[in-house]
Amino acid sequence: MGAKLTETNAVSDTPWLNQDGQQPLVKIKGLTKKYGGWAAVDNIDLDIYEGELFCLLGGSGCGKSTLLRMLAGFETLNSGTITIDGVDMADVPAYERPTNMMFQSYALFPHMSVEKNIAFGLQQDRMPKSEIGDRVHEILKLVELENFKKRKPKQLSGGQRQRVALARALVKEPKLLLLDEPLAALDKKLRKQTQFELANIQDQVGVTFIVVTHDQEEAMTLATRMAVMDAGRFKQVGTPTEIYEFPNSRFVADFIGSANIFEGRVTENGADHVRVKTEIGEVFIDHGQSVNVDSKIWVALRPEKIHIVKSQDPASGPNQVSGEVDDIGYLGETSIYKVKLPSGHIVDVTAPNQTRPMNRTHRITWEDKVNISWEPSSAMLLTS
Amino acid sequence: MYSRRSRFLTIMLILGLAFFYIPMIMLVIYSFNDSKLVPVWGGWSVRWYQVLFESEEVWSAVALSLKIAFINATCATILGTMAGLAMVRFGRFRGRTLFGGLLVAPLVMPEVITGLSLLVMFIALNQLFGWPGERGFTTITIAHITFSLAYVAVTIQARLTGMGETLEEAAADLGAKPFKVLTAITLPRLTPALVSGWLLAFTLSLDDLVIASFVTGPGANTLPILIFSRIRTGLRPDINALATIIILAVAICISIAAILMFRQQRADMLDQQMAAREDT
Ligand SMILES: Nc1ncnc2c1ncn2[C@@H]1O[C@H](COP(=O)(O)OP(=O)(O)OP(=O)(O)O)[C@@H](O)[C@H]1O
Ligand SMILES: [Mg+2]
Repeated sequence: MGAKLTETNAVSDTPWLNQDGQQPLVKIKGLTKKYGGWAAVDNIDLDIYEGELFCLLGGSGCGKSTLLRMLAGFETLNSGTITIDGVDMADVPAYERPTNMMFQSYALFPHMSVEKNIAFGLQQDRMPKSEIGDRVHEILKLVELENFKKRKPKQLSGGQRQRVALARALVKEPKLLLLDEPLAALDKKLRKQTQFELANIQDQVGVTFIVVTHDQEEAMTLATRMAVMDAGRFKQVGTPTEIYEFPNSRFVADFIGSANIFEGRVTENGADHVRVKTEIGEVFIDHGQSVNVDSKIWVALRPEKIHIVKSQDPASGPNQVSGEVDDIGYLGETSIYKVKLPSGHIVDVTAPNQTRPMNRTHRITWEDKVNISWEPSSAMLLTS
Repeated sequence: MYSRRSRFLTIMLILGLAFFYIPMIMLVIYSFNDSKLVPVWGGWSVRWYQVLFESEEVWSAVALSLKIAFINATCATILGTMAGLAMVRFGRFRGRTLFGGLLVAPLVMPEVITGLSLLVMFIALNQLFGWPGERGFTTITIAHITFSLAYVAVTIQARLTGMGETLEEAAADLGAKPFKVLTAITLPRLTPALVSGWLLAFTLSLDDLVIASFVTGPGANTLPILIFSRIRTGLRPDINALATIIILAVAICISIAAILMFRQQRADMLDQQMAAREDT
C-alpha cells in the first residue's frame, strides 16, 4: 500500500502521462476571453507539466494566439485563472512573468543588431555585462549564428531571423516559452530541419514549451501532448498518438490526418467486440467500447489502415467491401485511391508504392475492380 | 483615347501648379527689382536685401518669430507625442473617441475663432490671476502650441498605428518596464515622425498671422505681423525680399520633413515586400 503511494508520487520524466500527484507548471482554469460578447477563448482548462512541449493546434481564428497572449500577459482575462509555478498571474504584468514569447512575426527590434536584440532581455534583469556577453555568445552558438551577431534583422534571411527570435526568447531561460507559429515563415525543407532543431534545443535547455501551429504534421513531430482547438474550446487533449489513433469526435478525426467517416447503428455490443451496420456495410471491431445497442454512431477509418487489392470476386463479410477505382492521386511514395462503392460512397485508401511501375502502368489503375478491407482493430468508433 | 485624356490631365496639372507658383515666382523676381516702386521694373539688384539687413525692426521680428517657432515646435512635439501615445497605446479608455475628436478639432477650426477664443481666455486669466500680463511673446507661444500640437499628435498617431504594437509587446515580454519600452523601443522608432512633426510645428508657427495678431500685444511683432502691417501702407520692395527669405526657409523645412517621411514609408514598404517574398 505504502509502496504504491510513493510510486505514484515520484517525479517522473513524463509527468503528463501519469498526472496523479504531479504538480503542473501551468494551471489554467476556466479561462475566457471575449471580444465584444463573442468568446475567442471559451472556458478552457489545461494543465501543463514541466519539460513538456505542448502544441496548440487548430484552424485559423480558433483562438490559439489569444490563449498564448493571455499567458504572456498581453490580454486581460474576462474570467478564469492562470497559475504558473504556483503563482497566480492575475496581477502580474507581462514584464514580470516568468514567460517569454516568440512572436509569429518574430518582432525583432529593427534598430538593434542581432547581439543587442538577444542581450535586451538580460539587460532588463540588470545582469553584469560580462555575464550577458557570455550568455549571448553561448546562445548564438546554439542557434549557429555567431557570424551574424553584428547584423541588423533586415540583413538576415527568414530562417536566420527565426533563429534570432528563438535565441532572444530562450536566453532568459524562462520557465515557460511560448511560441506562436515559430516555423510558419519557413519553406517546407527548412521547416522540417528546424522542427528537429527545436526539439533538440528543448531537450538541451529543458524549458517547457507551448507551441502554436496550424500545421498538424509539425504538431505530431514536436509535441509531447497536444490540444485540438475549435472556436475557442479544446476538442481533445492528448499525446499525438492518442489524438491520431483515438480521436474523440468526428471533428478531431477529420482535423488530424484524414479519415473516411460513415454513419451507422450499433447492432451488437459485446465485452470484447462491437458490430456496427453502416452505410457501406458491416463493421466489426474487436475491442469493447461503451456504446448502446441501436444507438447512432460514426465509424472512422484512416486511409492508410485500409488494404486494397485488385479482384474480380465481390467481397463478403465484415470489414470488406468491393468497389471500383474512381480516381488516383500519385504522391510518389504513396498513392491515394478513391474507391467508389456500389452505394455511391467514396472511400479514400492510401497505399505505399512498393514496386516501381514499369511501362508507366500502375499495379492498380483507373476503373479496376478492387476489394478493400481493414483489421478488426482499425475502425474507430465516434459518438459525436 | 487614354493618351488624350492624360494630356488633358497634364495640362490641368500644369495650370494648377502655375496658379500656385507664378505669384510666388513674381514675388521672388520683384524682390530683386532695383526700382523703389514695386510695379515698375528697374533692373536687377539686391539693395532691398541690404535695406532689410540694416533694419532693426526686421531683425527683432525675425528673432521673435524664430524664438516662438522653436519653443512652440519643441513643446508641441512633446505634448503632441504624449497625446498621440495616449490615443494609440492606452487601449480603449473612457472618452477616447471624444478625446480624439477634440484633438483634431483645431485642424478644422477657423483661425479667427481660435485666435479670438485664446484672446478672451488670456484677458480673463489676466483679470483673475494677473497673468500673463502684457501680451506678446508668451501669449503667442501658448497660442501656437495649442494648434501645432494637434498637427503633431495626428502625425504621431498615424505613425504609431502604422508601426503596430508587437515590438513593444516583445520588449515588455523580455522584462522591460513601460518607461523602458518607451525609451528603448517606441521613441527610437518614432524619431522620423518626431523630427517631421517638429519641423511642421516650426513652420506652422513661422507662417501664422491670424492667431498671432489676435493674441499679440504692443511692440511684439512676429515676421508675418510685421509684413502685414507694412504692406497696409502700400507695397514695398523690401517686404518682397523678406517674403522671399521666408519662402526659402519654409521650403527647406518642408522638404526635410517630406524626405524623412518618404524615407520611412519606403523603408516600411521594403520591409513588407521582403516579408511577403519570404512567405511564399
Ligand atoms: N483585438 C481583437 N479584437 C477583436 N477580435 C479579435 C482580436 N484579436 C483576435 N480577435 C478574434 O479572435 C479570434 C481568435 O483570434 P486568434 O488570433 O487567437 O486566432 P488564431 O487561432 O491565432 O488564428 P491564426 O491561426 O489565424 O493565427 C479571431 O476570430 C479574431 O478575429
Ligand atoms: Mg495566430
